[in-house]
Amino acid sequence: MRVFAVAEIRMNELDPVSVELLNLANEIKADGSAEAIVLGKDVSEFANELSKYSDKVWKIENDSLENYNPEIYADVLIQLFQKEKPDVILFPNSSRGAELAPLISTRLDAPIVTDIVGLDFSNGVKAKRYIFQGKLMVDILVKDADTYVFTVRQGVFKEGKEIGGEIVDVKIEPTVSPARQFISIIEPEVGEVDIAQADIIVSVGRGIEDESNIELAEELAKALGGVVAGSRPVIDSGWLPKDRQVGISGKTVKPKLYLALGISGAFQHIMGMKDSELIIAVNKDPEAPIFGVAQYGIVGDIFEIVPALIEKLNQIKS
Amino acid sequence: MKIGNGGESLKIFVLAKHAIDTESEIRLKDEKSIDEKGLIYDINDWDRYAIEEAIRLKEMHGGEVTVIGVGNNEDTLRKCLAMGADRAIKIPLETGMDPYKTALAIKDVISEENFDLIIAGLMSQDCNNALVGALLASMLNLPFATAVTSVKVEDGKLRVTRELEGGYQEEVILQLPCLITVQSGINEPRYVSIMGIKRAKSKEIKEVDVKVDKEMIELERMYLPPVKKAELITGSADEIAEKLIEIFKEKGVI
Ligand SMILES: Cc1cc2nc3c(=O)[nH]c(=O)nc-3n(C[C@H](O)[C@H](O)[C@H](O)COP(=O)(O)OP(=O)(O)OC[C@H]3O[C@@H](n4cnc5c(N)ncnc54)[C@H](O)[C@@H]3O)c2cc1C
Repeated sequence: MRVFAVAEIRMNELDPVSVELLNLANEIKADGSAEAIVLGKDVSEFANELSKYSDKVWKIENDSLENYNPEIYADVLIQLFQKEKPDVILFPNSSRGAELAPLISTRLDAPIVTDIVGLDFSNGVKAKRYIFQGKLMVDILVKDADTYVFTVRQGVFKEGKEIGGEIVDVKIEPTVSPARQFISIIEPEVGEVDIAQADIIVSVGRGIEDESNIELAEELAKALGGVVAGSRPVIDSGWLPKDRQVGISGKTVKPKLYLALGISGAFQHIMGMKDSELIIAVNKDPEAPIFGVAQYGIVGDIFEIVPALIEKLNQIKS
Repeated sequence: MKIGNGGESLKIFVLAKHAIDTESEIRLKDEKSIDEKGLIYDINDWDRYAIEEAIRLKEMHGGEVTVIGVGNNEDTLRKCLAMGADRAIKIPLETGMDPYKTALAIKDVISEENFDLIIAGLMSQDCNNALVGALLASMLNLPFATAVTSVKVEDGKLRVTRELEGGYQEEVILQLPCLITVQSGINEPRYVSIMGIKRAKSKEIKEVDVKVDKEMIELERMYLPPVKKAELITGSADEIAEKLIEIFKEKGVI
């Protein structure tokens, strides 16, 4: 099979997920090829890096590819795909992949499965993914087609080897005048506390239930000498400022202690805290996925555990 | 149609799914189905933000909001009507876990209508595909943006910010008609009371039958993900607190 992987350039850097896509491509290609595609204004450096892991790199350079635009990117990719006829096309499950993959799937009339963590071609086409934000897993049988499109979860296909391939320079001009226009990139807001620098983080999720309960987390953080952070719903509700959000659309943290209170452990959250030195989770649901990354777990009510812990810590201090 | 600048009005369609709430107890009945016992259904959380955004735009610019749902979703459509939608369309089609089928069904109905804007939630809280919006836009050949975090109507166009990774955002301008999928936190969805939902009963829900023969995927099996489990700390709250402090000391945290 010819497996194409669309590399991700983010903030002018090659995102490591690009190599993970190629690891997967090499795993499933059988006697076919793993081929990377890299698009942008000036991407030679990235093409060189990608060639280590692919049989072939398609390098498409063009001034109009400087800023990401889904209509232009899709148009250029389709021109390449119509000529090269890939069997499988892989995108990262990123903010870009989430737009490009469905566009390509529709244009090529190719079945699509998103956010996959496993792929098997041995007996029909089977993709593995999570549903219910990590609580269940499904095997999906994909109907027979000429081309398949998948978006791949980051951090899954980390194992691979270098093979060393060639770089092909292709000239493709976009043929569309897009109805979407790129204006600018907006930097993250900076607040007074940088949770990424903290040694101890008390992190609260939807289980904290109400804004008035944030105080409880503040008290615990104070007793531990740490800071309070939160999962996305807590920030969405305006209970904590945006710069306190842990996860893929917030900050990545690696504290000495990450105390997760009432956080279920969705993938988008876990990606921001899984490398913490010590993770302890309190959750009333024994099946919560957060217990899969925590070293220690407490199945219980945060409103019972946290006050008891604050009291004991304050006793030690005085 | 010209819109914006206090000029003419916006015709908005919102996609809303009646979805299994994340607070539900999820137990498998067999390999292909979930035990209905313990399941709570409600409007998909992302779609709550979608309907709210539509109503706000209507309040600002005038126009009409139509909510459209696939499957058995009367309660969710009623809720949207109570929040301020003018019309509701129900497509009584069982699409299972295939977002492609859902998008095709909506496409069939929506292509018969006039609209300036379609708003969908970024993804559904049960299946997490994040596909219906983007597929629909591609099928209708509309410009679109996913994970939108703010919307402004400007010179007959839509100026939006969309979420990227790591706290970054991107600002883009979309020509109308277009489609956006909204990210959670874009607004503060209004609360609707049971009374409000009852009052909205007088608004009509139109049923439109659609046939979709094409399928892209099939569910083979569902199962609990294999996970390594944390070491559990048990006892009374006080005992747990003491054990935690021992661990903190041992690891040099305090
Ligand atoms: C593109 C995208 C980007 C995202 N980015 C992020 C991100 O950066 N960061 C992020 O966090 N999320 C992000 N999300 C959202 C993510 O998918 C989850 O929805 C979110 O992390 C869930 O937050 P939560 O665990 O607090 O809430 P829930 O999933 O609702 O979990 C609440 C938990 O609290 C427990 N609980 C309730 N009451 C109690 C109690 N009294 N005591 C103990 N436990 C209790 C429940 O058992 C449950 O497990 C993103 C999603 C998308 C689609």
